[in-house]
Amino acid sequence: MKDKNKIFAGLAIFIVVVTLPFWFNLGKAAPAPELELTAKAKAAKTCVMPTEFMTANHMQLLDVWRHNVVRGGERMFVNDDGKLYDMSLSNTCLDCHSNKEKFCDRCHDYASVRPYCWDCHIDNPKGE
Amino acid sequence: MKNSRRRFLQIAGVSALGLGAKPVLDAFASESAHGPGYHLAKGEDAMDARQWAMVIDTRKLQTAEDLEPIIEACNKIHNVPTGIKNKNHEIKWIWEAHYHNAFTDKAGQFTSEEVEHRPFLLLCNHCENPPCVRACPTKATFKNDNGIVMMDFHRCIGCRFCMAACPFGARSFNFRDPRPFIEEENKAFPTRMKGVVEKCNFCAERLAVGKMPACVEASNGAIAFGDLYDEHSEVRELLKENYTIRRKQTLGTEPSVYYIV
Repeated sequence: MKDKNKIFAGLAIFIVVVTLPFWFNLGKAAPAPELELTAKAKAAKTCVMPTEFMTANHMQLLDVWRHNVVRGGERMFVNDDGKLYDMSLSNTCLDCHSNKEKFCDRCHDYASVRPYCWDCHIDNPKGE
Repeated sequence: MKNSRRRFLQIAGVSALGLGAKPVLDAFASESAHGPGYHLAKGEDAMDARQWAMVIDTRKLQTAEDLEPIIEACNKIHNVPTGIKNKNHEIKWIWEAHYHNAFTDKAGQFTSEEVEHRPFLLLCNHCENPPCVRACPTKATFKNDNGIVMMDFHRCIGCRFCMAACPFGARSFNFRDPRPFIEEENKAFPTRMKGVVEKCNFCAERLAVGKMPACVEASNGAIAFGDLYDEHSEVRELLKENYTIRRKQTLGTEPSVYYIV
């Protein structure tokens, strides 16, 4: 262990360089996005399922919807309270949430996910 | 003594396994019990059939002008891009063709001139034995419960095997983003994206809410629609009373679109 000092100095420099991005961004985390609800969504108070469920599971729910609508021919959604909805991204979800930029996009951008829903589904059915 | 120790260890091992398995099983059981509290169903107005079929009375559709509103109704409702100039990139759901192109196996040297020069409406035949469905590697195209050959655009990878398999040319490929070429967007129906195959869906989305297909509605009674296996359906009544032909029947795909000539 003749080069003990050199080795430890090198190791220290290596660790600092590798962890630099973490030090650099410490305390600068982007704030969680705030979602804006449209007047219609606010008035409805609740989505097709409770808000916590929707926040966490809307992607799974949409996947169930698309599978059952396209492949199963089932288009009606009956929630816990027995309320009926047409299973349609364009006509049901986006009817209330007609502000994609301030609702869908804010979270998706924050989480860095890029769903390709809008390649086909027209994002604003009301053209507001 | 030796034997009983072995026995003891065996019992101890099995019990340990049983005790360890219980919490896991409990977790699975509770998961299914706390599953989402919703259920899915078909709409109340949804129409069902064993095999939807269409009978086109070509005697009532004598000129290209007669076909135009029918084709336009479909294009509008399904966001079919009609503005593509390049013939190779064209998207067609329902279109007009000459007798010789429509009925390649029935074009005799001398046929009734009147029939020969009639325009024929072509669309996906929703075959009972569809070769496109067998060709699709992802099951993006499949036969649904009502006999409709459906496209699940989410699953289409754009390999175009189905286009090669379809003997009727009923499928089109989106070589480019179709959106700029849609004349008037119907916001209630999705468009397609670049790289997927599309075709007529017998208006599955309209049948699900109790409406007849758009072309049938726009045809002023020239096109009939119904269940092929319901003896009293409109299509069966028409098939009983009229001589009909189908496209390329000899291939054995059993098309569900019949033409009264």
